[in-house]
Amino acid sequence: MEKRVTFRGWALPLLLIAPQVAISIVFFFYPAAQAIWQSLFIPDPFGLSTQFVGLGNFEFLLSDKFYRASFGTTAIFSILVTLCSMVPALFLAVLADRLIKGSGIYRTLLIWPYAVAPAVAGVLWMFMFNTRVGVVSWYLGQFGYDWNHVLNDAEAMGLVVVASAWGRISYNFLFFLAALQSVPRSVIEAAAIDGARFWKRFFTIVLPLLSPTAFFLLVVNVVYAFFETFGVIHTITAGGPQQATTILVYKVFADGFVGQDLGSSSAQSVILLVVVGLLTVVQFKYVEKRVHY
Amino acid sequence: MKKQLLGAIAASTIMSPIAAMAQTEIQFWHAFTGRLGELVATQVADFNASQDDYVVVASHKGNYSETLNAGIAAFRAKEQPHILMVFEVGTATMMAAKGAIRPVYEVMAESGAQFDPDAYIGAVKGYYTTTDGDMLSLPFNSSTPVLWVNRDAMAAAGVDPDTDLSTWEQVGDVLDQLKAGGEDCPLVTAWQSWIHLENFSAYHNVPFASQDNGFAGTNTELMLNGPAQVAHLNAMADWAKEGKFIYTGRRNEGGANFRSGECALFTESSAGYAGIKAEAQFEFDVRRLPYWSALASEPQNTIIGGASLWVMEGHDSAEYKGVGEFLSYLSSSAVQAKWHQDTGYLPITSEAGDATRASGFYDENPGTDVAVMQMTAKQPTANSKGLRLGSFDQIRGIIDEELEAIWAGDKTAQEAMDSAKERGDALLRRFEQASR
Repeated sequence: MEKRVTFRGWALPLLLIAPQVAISIVFFFYPAAQAIWQSLFIPDPFGLSTQFVGLGNFEFLLSDKFYRASFGTTAIFSILVTLCSMVPALFLAVLADRLIKGSGIYRTLLIWPYAVAPAVAGVLWMFMFNTRVGVVSWYLGQFGYDWNHVLNDAEAMGLVVVASAWGRISYNFLFFLAALQSVPRSVIEAAAIDGARFWKRFFTIVLPLLSPTAFFLLVVNVVYAFFETFGVIHTITAGGPQQATTILVYKVFADGFVGQDLGSSSAQSVILLVVVGLLTVVQFKYVEKRVHY
Repeated sequence: MKKQLLGAIAASTIMSPIAAMAQTEIQFWHAFTGRLGELVATQVADFNASQDDYVVVASHKGNYSETLNAGIAAFRAKEQPHILMVFEVGTATMMAAKGAIRPVYEVMAESGAQFDPDAYIGAVKGYYTTTDGDMLSLPFNSSTPVLWVNRDAMAAAGVDPDTDLSTWEQVGDVLDQLKAGGEDCPLVTAWQSWIHLENFSAYHNVPFASQDNGFAGTNTELMLNGPAQVAHLNAMADWAKEGKFIYTGRRNEGGANFRSGECALFTESSAGYAGIKAEAQFEFDVRRLPYWSALASEPQNTIIGGASLWVMEGHDSAEYKGVGEFLSYLSSSAVQAKWHQDTGYLPITSEAGDATRASGFYDENPGTDVAVMQMTAKQPTANSKGLRLGSFDQIRGIIDEELEAIWAGDKTAQEAMDSAKERGDALLRRFEQASR
């Protein structure tokens, strides 16, 4: 029989969850409600006058073909960032897990990049790939490849993906390593005695046991790619060339904080809210079913 | 970011009463760092030392966009500074904000400080005055694009460094020779929209936008897809394709290439002077911006870039008196002449220009007067007074994107500019609606 602890009365439980509820209201519900309200207006930047336009802001946005294209850009960007930050992290975690000597040093070094702020990482990558003075573009030039992410959209996308994913590898590595160490030795040894090779053991035993961690990281990394990468994009490409790297959240930032168009910026936040809400539902409904706890 | 902003606002609120007890305090928010920041700090310190009634407190609020945002956020929180530095593309935004700003001509009239609107150089002042000639904000740092020439690179490629480069036709020939002479980077530019479209239009006396470039009303449309602009961009596109014009980015990235001696010709602001003089290990020249002799028999004037000082609404009249005194001090000949000579920015009064000439500065630093002459050679027309377009920061972004499409060979100049007009006009309509 399930053992339950219940409170007598309502006062204490309400009091205990009150701080969390208060934080949610102040930092989540109130701003979200504000965004929805403001998305119905075109205000002037100084807040001196404002005009009700109904769904005019949404109409304006959705009739803009660059805005519609940025959904595709965001999808490609998020998938690439998630893959590029999770796959190498898993690979490195597997290698680090097998190490016996010096594992502490390797782990510390692999976790280090996480301490670099996204905008700083953006500047580092921007200098390395600078089309005229960058170290990497110079070497590429020596091999006869003319690197120019200022004009080439595929190269620009590649660069912002790598710059965004780079620091995240450390974060993912940490989680994968912890998960790997909690995989029971006995199961692996039993499989080894049955003659299963390393990679066979990895794919049939270790990977399924890692799936809760992988799922958690999937959600967290997608959210990261959606919301926390605009610093990198701002410093490296500013959304260019020709909006090839303008993801949805970067446009929210650029229109609101550079263009002072708060109506459009609010409407974009609302759209983003809906998109991320749907995405989370999909993840929990379909992906989580394949996860073994 | 928002947190920092609130913190900054909170800090300035807490600090202000302390100094205000003795003297009237004037808050001045600006966007300068490094050498320029030091020079501003000196101006402020000198003003504070020159009198006992007012203390100007200068605060750096980030780059141009961030400073404008800080000012707007502060106004919304009723914590606005007295004086806010706003870059020229924010002019229409500030003008439309009636109730948030107090026009400079009113401030000066009320404060009784010395102020003669006619003393200011027309092409500088014109950007910030109404169509009736009333000055709305005080021009602070103004520059205009010129052509920088690396004489050593010209000579190395077998081109006479003294070749006449007055017209783009001549520049085109020189680019051919430079390329043939083994120069990898014949031409590079900074601020492509500002130089090759906005200034290009004024310089050839063709409109950039309807309604006198936006001066006559917010119901304006872009006209940058006209035949003159397209002809210029076609030529640039050909040069880009042949490796004679090298594109390095939207801002002043090309400056690094020019200062390192890599590039032969460079179109950049006259305010690039301080950096080039400090770093260039080669002989350089300043020339006037070239024009197409096929499009104009002689060039009109160029327009300015930079920033002006806006006075914000919502303070005491005693404080506005201090603001008037400070702005009057900044416009004085000695201050302006020094600023002009230190930075390469234009002097804002004719008197400051004359004082600089009389001091022999132009003779010792040849070329530093080119920008002044280029701007003042002719009386500005409706096409060359300046630009006053809403959402212009974003429109420049659109123009940059479309220009990149031309340089990459994805679009023809005509297609790209037609698209820039369509996208820019949509933003202008939104601005018109917001400021109605």
